[in-house]
Amino acid sequence: MNDKELIARRVAREIQPGSLVNLGIGLPTMVAQYVPAEANVFFQSENGIIGIGGLPDGMENPSLSDAGGGMIGALPGAAAFDSAFSFGLIRGGHLDMTVLGGLQVDSQGRLANWIIPGERVPGMGGAMDLVTRARKVIVAMIHTAKGQVKIVDKLNLPITSGRRVDLIVTELAVIKPCEEGLILKEVAPGVEVAEVRAATEAELIITEPVTTMELE
Amino acid sequence: MKKTTSAAEAISSIPEGATMMIGGFMGVGTPEHLIDELVRQNKGNLTLITNDTARPGVGVGKLIEARLVKHVIASHIGTNPETQRQMIAKELSVELVPQGTLVEQIRCGGFGLGGVLTPTAVGTLAAEGKRSLEINGEQYLLELPLKADIALIKARQCDYYGNLQYRLTAQNFNPIMAMAGATVYVEADELVPAGCIAPDDVHTPGILVDYIIKSKVMA
Repeated sequence: MNDKELIARRVAREIQPGSLVNLGIGLPTMVAQYVPAEANVFFQSENGIIGIGGLPDGMENPSLSDAGGGMIGALPGAAAFDSAFSFGLIRGGHLDMTVLGGLQVDSQGRLANWIIPGERVPGMGGAMDLVTRARKVIVAMIHTAKGQVKIVDKLNLPITSGRRVDLIVTELAVIKPCEEGLILKEVAPGVEVAEVRAATEAELIITEPVTTMELE
Repeated sequence: MKKTTSAAEAISSIPEGATMMIGGFMGVGTPEHLIDELVRQNKGNLTLITNDTARPGVGVGKLIEARLVKHVIASHIGTNPETQRQMIAKELSVELVPQGTLVEQIRCGGFGLGGVLTPTAVGTLAAEGKRSLEINGEQYLLELPLKADIALIKARQCDYYGNLQYRLTAQNFNPIMAMAGATVYVEADELVPAGCIAPDDVHTPGILVDYIIKSKVMA
Protein backbone atom coordinates (compact mmCIF):
# COMPACT_ATOMS: atom_id res chain seq x y z
CA MET A 1 0.00 0.00 0.00
CA ASN A 2 1.51 3.35 -0.95
CA ASP A 3 1.28 6.47 1.22
CA LYS A 4 -1.58 8.08 -0.67
CA GLU A 5 -3.66 4.91 -0.62
CA LEU A 6 -3.09 4.59 3.13
CA ILE A 7 -4.28 8.15 3.69
CA ALA A 8 -7.31 7.67 1.43
CA ARG A 9 -8.27 4.43 3.21
CA ARG A 10 -8.04 6.04 6.64
CA VAL A 11 -10.06 9.11 5.60
CA ALA A 12 -12.73 6.85 4.08
CA ARG A 13 -13.38 5.46 7.58
CA GLU A 14 -14.42 8.94 8.75
CA ILE A 15 -17.27 9.15 6.25
CA GLN A 16 -20.72 8.54 7.68
CA PRO A 17 -23.32 6.52 5.74
CA GLY A 18 -25.81 8.69 3.87
CA SER A 19 -23.76 11.86 4.21
CA LEU A 20 -22.95 14.56 1.65
CA VAL A 21 -19.21 14.85 1.02
CA ASN A 22 -17.04 17.07 -1.18
CA LEU A 23 -13.62 15.72 -2.13
CA GLY A 24 -10.87 18.07 -3.30
CA ILE A 25 -8.73 17.50 -6.36
CA GLY A 26 -5.81 15.04 -6.20
CA LEU A 27 -5.30 12.79 -3.20
CA PRO A 28 -8.72 13.56 -1.63
CA THR A 29 -10.45 12.30 -4.79
CA MET A 30 -8.98 8.83 -4.11
CA VAL A 31 -11.03 8.54 -0.91
CA ALA A 32 -14.19 7.69 -2.88
CA GLN A 33 -12.65 4.38 -4.00
CA TYR A 34 -12.57 3.13 -0.42
CA VAL A 35 -16.11 4.07 0.58
CA PRO A 36 -18.36 1.04 0.13
CA ALA A 37 -21.33 1.55 -2.22
CA GLU A 38 -23.73 0.29 0.48
CA ALA A 39 -22.76 3.27 2.66
CA ASN A 40 -24.96 5.33 0.33
CA VAL A 41 -22.67 8.34 0.51
CA PHE A 42 -23.42 11.26 -1.81
CA PHE A 43 -20.42 13.01 -3.33
CA GLN A 44 -20.78 16.62 -4.36
CA SER A 45 -18.64 18.46 -6.86
CA GLU A 46 -18.85 22.23 -6.43
CA ASN A 47 -19.26 22.88 -10.15
CA GLY A 48 -22.81 21.69 -9.67
CA ILE A 49 -23.65 18.07 -8.95
CA ILE A 50 -24.54 15.66 -6.16
CA GLY A 51 -24.16 11.99 -7.01
CA ILE A 52 -20.80 11.63 -8.72
CA GLY A 53 -20.15 8.04 -9.72
CA GLY A 54 -17.58 6.02 -11.60
CA LEU A 55 -17.45 6.52 -15.33
CA PRO A 56 -17.88 3.47 -17.57
CA ASP A 57 -15.44 3.49 -20.52
CA GLY A 58 -16.76 5.32 -23.53
CA MET A 59 -19.60 7.00 -21.60
CA GLU A 60 -17.94 10.40 -21.20
CA ASN A 61 -20.31 13.33 -21.57
CA PRO A 62 -18.69 16.69 -22.38
CA SER A 63 -21.29 18.41 -20.15
CA LEU A 64 -20.42 16.35 -17.08
CA SER A 65 -17.18 16.95 -15.23
CA ASP A 66 -15.80 17.28 -11.72
CA ALA A 67 -14.27 20.42 -10.23
CA GLY A 68 -10.92 19.59 -11.80
CA GLY A 69 -12.49 19.40 -15.24
CA GLY A 70 -12.13 15.60 -15.32
CA MET A 71 -14.91 13.56 -16.91
CA ILE A 72 -17.16 11.81 -14.38
CA GLY A 73 -20.29 9.71 -14.26
CA ALA A 74 -23.53 10.44 -12.41
CA LEU A 75 -25.30 7.80 -10.34
CA PRO A 76 -29.03 7.13 -10.42
CA GLY A 77 -30.42 9.70 -7.98
CA ALA A 78 -27.90 12.39 -8.98
CA ALA A 79 -28.94 16.04 -9.13
CA ALA A 80 -27.38 18.89 -11.11
CA PHE A 81 -27.65 22.61 -10.27
CA ASP A 82 -26.01 25.99 -10.78
CA SER A 83 -22.99 27.41 -8.94
CA ALA A 84 -24.98 29.69 -6.61
CA PHE A 85 -27.00 26.71 -5.38
CA SER A 86 -23.86 24.58 -5.12
CA PHE A 87 -22.14 27.09 -2.85
CA GLY A 88 -25.37 27.57 -0.92
CA LEU A 89 -25.09 23.87 -0.08
CA ILE A 90 -21.52 24.41 1.08
CA ARG A 91 -21.94 27.63 3.09
CA GLY A 92 -25.44 26.85 4.31
CA GLY A 93 -24.42 23.92 6.49
CA HIS A 94 -25.78 21.23 4.16
CA LEU A 95 -22.38 19.72 3.36
CA ASP A 96 -21.43 17.15 6.00
CA MET A 97 -17.75 16.89 5.16
CA THR A 98 -15.01 18.12 2.89
CA VAL A 99 -11.63 16.48 2.38
CA LEU A 100 -8.92 18.78 1.09
CA GLY A 101 -5.19 18.75 0.48
CA GLY A 102 -2.89 21.06 2.41
CA LEU A 103 0.35 23.00 2.00
CA GLN A 104 0.62 23.76 5.74
CA VAL A 105 -1.42 23.36 8.91
CA ASP A 106 -0.45 25.21 12.09
CA SER A 107 -0.64 24.40 15.80
CA GLN A 108 -4.12 25.93 15.95
CA GLY A 109 -5.31 23.70 13.13
CA ARG A 110 -5.53 26.47 10.58
CA LEU A 111 -4.99 25.47 6.96
CA ALA A 112 -3.03 27.11 4.15
CA ASN A 113 -3.63 25.53 0.75
CA TRP A 114 -4.27 28.12 -1.96
CA ILE A 115 -1.20 30.23 -2.65
CA ILE A 116 2.59 30.32 -2.41
CA PRO A 117 3.17 34.05 -2.87
CA GLY A 118 5.64 34.83 -5.64
CA GLU A 119 5.85 31.21 -6.67
CA ARG A 120 2.48 29.62 -7.34
CA VAL A 121 -0.75 31.60 -7.47
CA PRO A 122 -3.45 29.21 -8.64
CA GLY A 123 -6.30 30.87 -6.77
CA MET A 124 -8.57 29.57 -4.05
CA GLY A 125 -11.35 28.20 -6.25
CA GLY A 126 -13.92 26.82 -3.81
CA ALA A 127 -11.48 26.03 -0.98
CA MET A 128 -12.22 29.09 1.19
CA ASP A 129 -15.97 28.44 1.11
CA LEU A 130 -15.45 24.74 1.84
CA VAL A 131 -13.08 25.21 4.78
CA THR A 132 -15.14 28.04 6.27
CA ARG A 133 -18.50 26.29 6.30
CA ALA A 134 -18.40 22.54 5.65
CA ARG A 135 -19.63 20.83 8.83
CA LYS A 136 -16.43 18.82 9.08
CA VAL A 137 -13.09 19.57 7.41
CA ILE A 138 -10.46 16.86 6.98
CA VAL A 139 -7.00 17.68 5.65
CA ALA A 140 -5.53 14.71 3.78
CA MET A 141 -1.89 15.22 2.90
CA ILE A 142 1.59 13.75 2.82
CA HIS A 143 3.17 14.62 6.19
CA THR A 144 6.15 16.57 4.82
CA ALA A 145 7.06 18.13 1.47
CA LYS A 146 10.45 16.88 0.28
CA GLY A 147 11.79 16.96 3.83
CA GLN A 148 10.15 20.30 4.69
CA VAL A 149 7.74 20.23 7.59
CA LYS A 150 4.11 21.03 6.74
CA ILE A 151 2.57 20.76 10.21
CA VAL A 152 4.13 23.89 11.60
CA ASP A 153 4.04 26.02 14.70
CA LYS A 154 3.08 29.15 12.76
CA LEU A 155 2.00 29.33 9.13
CA ASN A 156 4.27 31.23 6.78
CA LEU A 157 1.76 30.86 3.93
CA PRO A 158 -1.54 32.79 3.73
CA ILE A 159 -4.44 31.03 5.46
CA THR A 160 -7.42 29.60 3.58
CA SER A 161 -9.81 30.25 6.45
CA GLY A 162 -9.62 31.24 10.12
CA ARG A 163 -11.60 28.08 10.94
CA ARG A 164 -9.85 25.25 12.75
CA VAL A 165 -9.93 22.06 10.72
CA ASP A 166 -11.35 18.95 12.39
CA LEU A 167 -8.80 16.28 11.50
CA ILE A 168 -5.43 15.88 9.77
CA VAL A 169 -4.68 12.51 8.18
CA THR A 170 -1.20 11.77 6.84
CA GLU A 171 0.76 8.62 5.97
CA LEU A 172 2.26 8.80 9.47
CA ALA A 173 -0.53 9.87 11.78
CA VAL A 174 -4.04 11.04 12.57
CA ILE A 175 -4.00 14.37 14.38
CA LYS A 176 -6.93 16.19 15.92
CA PRO A 177 -6.62 19.97 16.27
CA CYS A 178 -8.42 21.42 19.28
CA GLU A 179 -8.35 24.45 21.57
CA GLU A 180 -5.19 23.27 23.39
CA GLY A 181 -3.27 22.38 20.24
CA LEU A 182 -2.70 19.33 18.05
CA ILE A 183 -3.58 16.01 19.64
CA LEU A 184 -1.84 12.91 18.27
CA LYS A 185 -4.54 10.24 18.11
CA GLU A 186 -3.19 7.48 15.87
CA VAL A 187 -0.03 6.39 14.12
CA ALA A 188 0.19 4.39 10.89
CA PRO A 189 1.09 0.68 11.23
CA GLY A 190 4.79 0.36 12.04
CA VAL A 191 5.29 4.06 12.76
CA GLU A 192 6.64 5.23 16.14
CA VAL A 193 5.43 8.36 17.91
CA ALA A 194 9.00 9.69 17.82
CA GLU A 195 9.02 9.48 14.00
CA VAL A 196 5.84 11.54 13.82
CA ARG A 197 7.28 14.11 16.21
CA ALA A 198 10.51 14.31 14.21
CA ALA A 199 8.52 15.08 11.06
CA THR A 200 6.32 17.69 12.76
CA GLU A 201 7.32 21.19 13.81
CA ALA A 202 4.23 21.94 15.90
CA GLU A 203 3.98 20.39 19.35
CA LEU A 204 1.95 17.16 19.41
CA ILE A 205 -0.07 16.59 22.54
CA ILE A 206 -0.84 13.09 23.77
CA THR A 207 -3.89 12.88 26.03
CA GLU A 208 -4.87 9.22 25.63
CA PRO A 209 -2.88 6.19 24.47
CA VAL A 210 -2.00 6.59 20.79
CA THR A 211 -3.58 3.81 18.76
CA THR A 212 -2.66 2.27 15.41
CA MET A 213 -4.67 3.36 12.36
CA GLU A 214 -7.29 0.92 11.20
CA LEU A 215 -7.42 0.77 7.46
CA GLU A 216 -9.86 -1.96 6.46
CA MET B 1 -39.55 35.80 -31.22
CA LYS B 2 -35.92 36.54 -30.51
CA LYS B 3 -33.23 37.47 -32.91
CA THR B 4 -31.28 34.45 -34.06
CA THR B 5 -28.01 35.43 -35.57
CA SER B 6 -24.63 34.11 -36.61
CA ALA B 7 -21.70 34.13 -34.22
CA ALA B 8 -19.84 36.48 -36.58
CA GLU B 9 -22.64 39.03 -36.61
CA ALA B 10 -23.28 38.75 -32.86
CA ILE B 11 -19.65 39.32 -31.93
CA SER B 12 -19.23 42.20 -34.41
CA SER B 13 -21.71 44.22 -32.32
CA ILE B 14 -19.55 43.90 -29.18
CA PRO B 15 -17.25 46.88 -28.55
CA GLU B 16 -13.56 46.54 -27.71
CA GLY B 17 -12.88 46.99 -24.02
CA ALA B 18 -16.24 45.52 -22.96
CA THR B 19 -16.76 44.02 -19.53
CA MET B 20 -17.82 40.48 -20.24
CA MET B 21 -19.12 37.57 -18.19
CA ILE B 22 -18.57 34.17 -19.77
CA GLY B 23 -20.17 31.01 -18.40
CA GLY B 24 -18.32 27.77 -17.90
CA PHE B 25 -16.19 25.77 -15.49
CA MET B 26 -12.88 24.55 -16.88
CA GLY B 27 -14.40 25.00 -20.33
CA VAL B 28 -17.49 22.89 -19.54
CA GLY B 29 -20.56 24.99 -20.34
CA THR B 30 -18.57 27.65 -22.19
CA PRO B 31 -19.80 29.09 -25.52
CA GLU B 32 -16.77 27.95 -27.53
CA HIS B 33 -18.02 29.17 -30.86
CA LEU B 34 -18.56 32.72 -29.59
CA ILE B 35 -15.10 32.65 -28.05
CA ASP B 36 -13.57 31.51 -31.34
CA GLU B 37 -15.32 34.44 -32.98
CA LEU B 38 -13.99 36.93 -30.39
CA VAL B 39 -10.51 35.65 -31.24
CA ARG B 40 -11.11 35.80 -35.01
CA GLN B 41 -12.40 39.38 -34.78
CA ASN B 42 -9.58 40.28 -32.36
CA LYS B 43 -11.85 42.00 -29.81
CA GLY B 44 -9.30 43.20 -27.30
CA ASN B 45 -8.92 45.04 -24.02
CA LEU B 46 -11.63 42.94 -22.39
CA THR B 47 -12.45 42.76 -18.71
CA LEU B 48 -13.39 39.14 -18.15
CA ILE B 49 -15.53 37.84 -15.27
CA THR B 50 -15.48 34.07 -15.25
CA ASN B 51 -14.94 31.20 -12.83
CA ASP B 52 -11.52 30.13 -14.12
CA THR B 53 -9.32 30.59 -17.18
CA ALA B 54 -9.55 26.90 -18.19
CA ARG B 55 -6.52 25.61 -20.08
CA PRO B 56 -4.64 26.91 -23.12
CA GLY B 57 -6.74 26.16 -26.20
CA VAL B 58 -9.90 25.51 -24.17
CA GLY B 59 -12.79 27.89 -23.40
CA VAL B 60 -11.77 31.34 -22.20
CA GLY B 61 -8.18 30.08 -22.23
CA LYS B 62 -8.26 30.96 -25.93
CA LEU B 63 -8.93 34.63 -25.11
CA ILE B 64 -5.97 34.69 -22.72
CA GLU B 65 -3.66 33.11 -25.29
CA ALA B 66 -4.79 35.64 -27.93
CA ARG B 67 -4.02 38.44 -25.42
CA LEU B 68 -7.48 39.91 -25.65
CA VAL B 69 -7.95 40.24 -21.88
CA LYS B 70 -6.56 43.11 -19.79
CA HIS B 71 -8.26 42.26 -16.49
CA VAL B 72 -9.76 39.04 -15.20
CA ILE B 73 -11.91 38.41 -12.13
CA ALA B 74 -11.91 34.67 -11.40
CA SER B 75 -11.63 32.12 -8.59
CA HIS B 76 -8.94 29.93 -10.14
CA ILE B 77 -6.24 30.36 -12.77
CA GLY B 78 -3.99 27.46 -11.75
CA THR B 79 -4.76 25.24 -14.73
CA ASN B 80 -3.69 27.85 -17.28
CA PRO B 81 0.07 28.55 -17.24
CA GLU B 82 -0.41 31.32 -19.80
CA THR B 83 -2.64 33.29 -17.40
CA GLN B 84 0.04 32.96 -14.72
CA ARG B 85 2.78 34.00 -17.14
CA GLN B 86 0.89 37.12 -18.28
CA MET B 87 0.05 37.98 -14.67
CA ILE B 88 3.69 37.72 -13.55
CA ALA B 89 4.81 39.75 -16.61
CA LYS B 90 2.16 42.36 -15.64
CA GLU B 91 0.49 42.08 -19.04
CA LEU B 92 -2.75 41.00 -17.38
CA SER B 93 -4.20 41.96 -14.01
CA VAL B 94 -5.91 39.20 -12.05
CA GLU B 95 -8.38 39.55 -9.18
CA LEU B 96 -8.87 36.26 -7.35
CA VAL B 97 -12.19 35.82 -5.54
CA PRO B 98 -13.51 32.74 -3.70
CA GLN B 99 -15.82 30.83 -6.01
CA GLY B 100 -18.90 31.04 -3.80
CA THR B 101 -18.31 34.76 -3.35
CA LEU B 102 -17.86 35.36 -7.08
CA VAL B 103 -21.15 33.72 -7.98
CA GLU B 104 -22.94 35.66 -5.21
CA GLN B 105 -21.47 38.96 -6.45
CA ILE B 106 -22.80 38.17 -9.92
CA ARG B 107 -26.14 37.15 -8.43
CA CYS B 108 -26.33 40.47 -6.55
CA GLY B 109 -25.62 42.30 -9.81
CA GLY B 110 -28.42 40.54 -11.62
CA PHE B 111 -30.91 40.44 -8.77
CA GLY B 112 -30.78 44.09 -7.77
CA LEU B 113 -29.09 43.60 -4.41
CA GLY B 114 -26.61 46.06 -2.92
CA GLY B 115 -24.25 43.33 -1.81
CA VAL B 116 -24.04 40.13 0.15
CA LEU B 117 -22.53 39.19 3.53
CA THR B 118 -20.44 36.04 3.52
CA PRO B 119 -18.30 34.38 6.20
CA THR B 120 -15.96 33.12 3.47
CA ALA B 121 -12.48 34.73 3.34
CA VAL B 122 -12.77 36.59 6.65
CA GLY B 123 -9.22 37.15 7.93
CA THR B 124 -7.56 36.05 4.66
CA LEU B 125 -5.70 37.91 1.90
CA ALA B 126 -8.93 37.89 -0.10
CA ALA B 127 -10.53 40.16 2.52
CA GLU B 128 -8.13 43.04 1.89
CA GLY B 129 -9.91 46.29 1.16
CA LYS B 130 -13.33 44.85 1.98
CA ARG B 131 -15.69 45.96 4.73
CA SER B 132 -16.19 43.55 7.57
CA LEU B 133 -19.40 43.47 9.62
CA GLU B 134 -20.33 41.65 12.78
CA ILE B 135 -23.83 40.16 12.64
CA ASN B 136 -25.15 38.21 15.64
CA GLY B 137 -21.63 37.78 16.93
CA GLU B 138 -20.14 36.44 13.70
CA GLN B 139 -17.83 38.19 11.24
CA TYR B 140 -18.89 38.61 7.62
CA LEU B 141 -17.41 40.34 4.59
CA LEU B 142 -19.51 42.71 2.53
CA GLU B 143 -19.14 41.66 -1.09
CA LEU B 144 -20.38 44.08 -3.72
CA PRO B 145 -22.39 43.35 -6.88
CA LEU B 146 -20.78 42.58 -10.23
CA LYS B 147 -22.45 43.47 -13.52
CA ALA B 148 -21.29 43.29 -17.11
CA ASP B 149 -21.97 44.90 -20.48
CA ILE B 150 -22.15 41.48 -22.06
CA ALA B 151 -22.88 37.94 -20.88
CA LEU B 152 -21.94 35.03 -23.12
CA ILE B 153 -23.94 31.98 -22.10
CA LYS B 154 -23.94 28.34 -23.17
CA ALA B 155 -27.16 26.29 -23.11
CA ARG B 156 -28.14 22.85 -24.22
CA GLN B 157 -31.52 23.84 -25.65
CA CYS B 158 -32.97 27.20 -26.58
CA ASP B 159 -36.39 27.87 -28.04
CA TYR B 160 -37.21 30.80 -30.33
CA TYR B 161 -38.29 32.90 -27.35
CA GLY B 162 -34.87 32.40 -25.82
CA ASN B 163 -36.00 30.05 -23.03
CA LEU B 164 -33.00 28.02 -21.95
CA GLN B 165 -32.26 24.64 -20.54
CA TYR B 166 -28.76 23.73 -19.42
CA ARG B 167 -27.20 20.33 -19.14
CA LEU B 168 -25.62 18.66 -16.09
CA THR B 169 -22.51 20.49 -14.84
CA ALA B 170 -22.49 22.71 -17.94
CA GLN B 171 -25.00 24.82 -16.02
CA ASN B 172 -22.56 26.30 -13.44
CA PHE B 173 -22.37 30.14 -13.72
CA ASN B 174 -24.56 30.42 -16.84
CA PRO B 175 -28.03 31.09 -15.36
CA ILE B 176 -26.61 33.59 -12.84
CA MET B 177 -24.66 35.48 -15.52
CA ALA B 178 -27.74 35.58 -17.76
CA MET B 179 -29.27 37.86 -15.09
CA ALA B 180 -26.22 40.12 -14.70
CA GLY B 181 -25.25 40.98 -18.28
CA ALA B 182 -26.84 44.05 -19.91
CA THR B 183 -26.87 42.23 -23.26
CA VAL B 184 -27.07 38.45 -23.23
CA TYR B 185 -25.85 36.22 -26.06
CA VAL B 186 -26.70 32.54 -25.91
CA GLU B 187 -24.95 29.80 -27.80
CA ALA B 188 -27.15 26.69 -27.79
CA ASP B 189 -26.52 23.13 -28.93
CA GLU B 190 -30.10 22.82 -30.17
CA LEU B 191 -32.65 25.41 -31.28
CA VAL B 192 -36.17 24.10 -30.74
CA PRO B 193 -39.66 25.45 -31.45
CA ALA B 194 -41.41 27.35 -28.65
CA GLY B 195 -43.22 24.89 -26.41
CA CYS B 196 -40.62 22.13 -26.72
CA ILE B 197 -39.15 23.07 -23.35
CA ALA B 198 -41.94 22.70 -20.80
CA PRO B 199 -42.34 25.72 -18.47
CA ASP B 200 -41.21 23.63 -15.49
CA ASP B 201 -38.02 22.73 -17.33
CA VAL B 202 -36.96 26.26 -18.29
CA HIS B 203 -33.85 27.21 -16.31
CA THR B 204 -33.54 30.75 -17.70
CA PRO B 205 -36.64 32.57 -19.02
CA GLY B 206 -36.24 33.84 -22.58
CA ILE B 207 -36.98 37.42 -21.63
CA LEU B 208 -33.37 37.68 -20.40
CA VAL B 209 -31.86 36.61 -23.72
CA ASP B 210 -31.07 39.13 -26.45
CA TYR B 211 -29.35 37.08 -29.17
CA ILE B 212 -29.47 33.39 -30.01
CA ILE B 213 -26.64 31.63 -31.80
CA LYS B 214 -26.69 27.99 -32.86
CA SER B 215 -23.58 26.24 -31.68
CA LYS B 216 -21.39 24.65 -34.30
CA VAL B 217 -19.36 23.04 -31.57
CA MET B 218 -21.37 20.15 -30.21
CA ALA B 219 -21.18 19.58 -26.49
